[in-house]
Amino acid sequence: MMTQIVFYVFATVLVLSAGTVVSARNPVHSVLFLILAFFNAAGLFLVAGAEFLAMILVIVYVGAVAVLFLFVVMMLDVRFAQMREGLQRYAPFGAAVGLVLLAELALAFSHWQVAQDIGSVPHVVAAPGRTNTAALGDVLYTHYIFLFESCGLVLLVAMIGAIVLTLRERPMGRRQNIDRQHERTVTDTLAMMTVPLGQGVAANGGFRRPEESYYIASVPGSYGVTADPVPQGKPVEGPLKHGADNHGGLAQ
Amino acid sequence: MTGGLGSIGIGPYLTVSAILLVLGVFGIFLNRKNVIIILMSIELILLSANLNFVAFSSALGDLSGQVFTLFVLTIAAAESAIGLAIVTVYFRNRGSIEVEDITMMKG
Repeated sequence: MMTQIVFYVFATVLVLSAGTVVSARNPVHSVLFLILAFFNAAGLFLVAGAEFLAMILVIVYVGAVAVLFLFVVMMLDVRFAQMREGLQRYAPFGAAVGLVLLAELALAFSHWQVAQDIGSVPHVVAAPGRTNTAALGDVLYTHYIFLFESCGLVLLVAMIGAIVLTLRERPMGRRQNIDRQHERTVTDTLAMMTVPLGQGVAANGGFRRPEESYYIASVPGSYGVTADPVPQGKPVEGPLKHGADNHGGLAQ
Repeated sequence: MTGGLGSIGIGPYLTVSAILLVLGVFGIFLNRKNVIIILMSIELILLSANLNFVAFSSALGDLSGQVFTLFVLTIAAAESAIGLAIVTVYFRNRGSIEVEDITMMKG
């Protein structure tokens, strides 16, 4: 009796929150009700005896997927109000499709019966005394190991795909051209000078910037305005490896 | 047939799952403009499939259903990640995520 009460409470809240997900005015509310729906579905899984899947549902869905939805909904600067303009137009059609689907499901379930010899079909049963998690691991890592591995592959592809899709070259920020930075030698940046005794820095032309500027190792356009990147002094010919007039950091 | 489900039986589980499925399909038709809500509706549909898997697995005492629920969860997570990435990129390029505006394959 207690189990039935728990089941119906979970089921009722699940259906109500799922209805709110599709009909909420604010998408953030939709995401929050989706999280509530996942929690209640996890409760239903618990009632059915699938403890591991219930925890996975909470961790993966509530912890990752729903938060991802929330992140995207809040990040996109969309006026969601104007998206609901055609709602009254679409609602009867959607309701009709839903009702037809529900009627089909009801027809299918009412004329549906279990085979008599279902018990003779070989089932993958849990070993006696194993918990649900351990039994699931027993099955997953033996019978379904290839599917399990390919699931990992799918997740890897999805991760790389999502990164490749959303990564963009940002125009701002100072970045190095790693190749060119590695090509630099001491003679490119360091000049040994003979400074007479008793003379200050001013007598030697003041503090000096490197003859070949830092821009040489920067990604083109990423080091601020590069109209005249060498502020003083003539570029010294000789030990420089890169062309002296190439101080804009463009390719060799 | 109601092995692991005790006094509840499989009928209520299938009913809840069917209602979830119908709500998901209804949500797709209701929010025809908003891609994000459509993705959420797809999550609801997949959840109803998972509920069916778990209910039958528990009723038959067969663990395969729960294993496949795990796989469905994996694929659903990958699907929503890719879908949201596409939505983000599309919004960055076009400034809109309305389904009716998406008329080109090239982004």
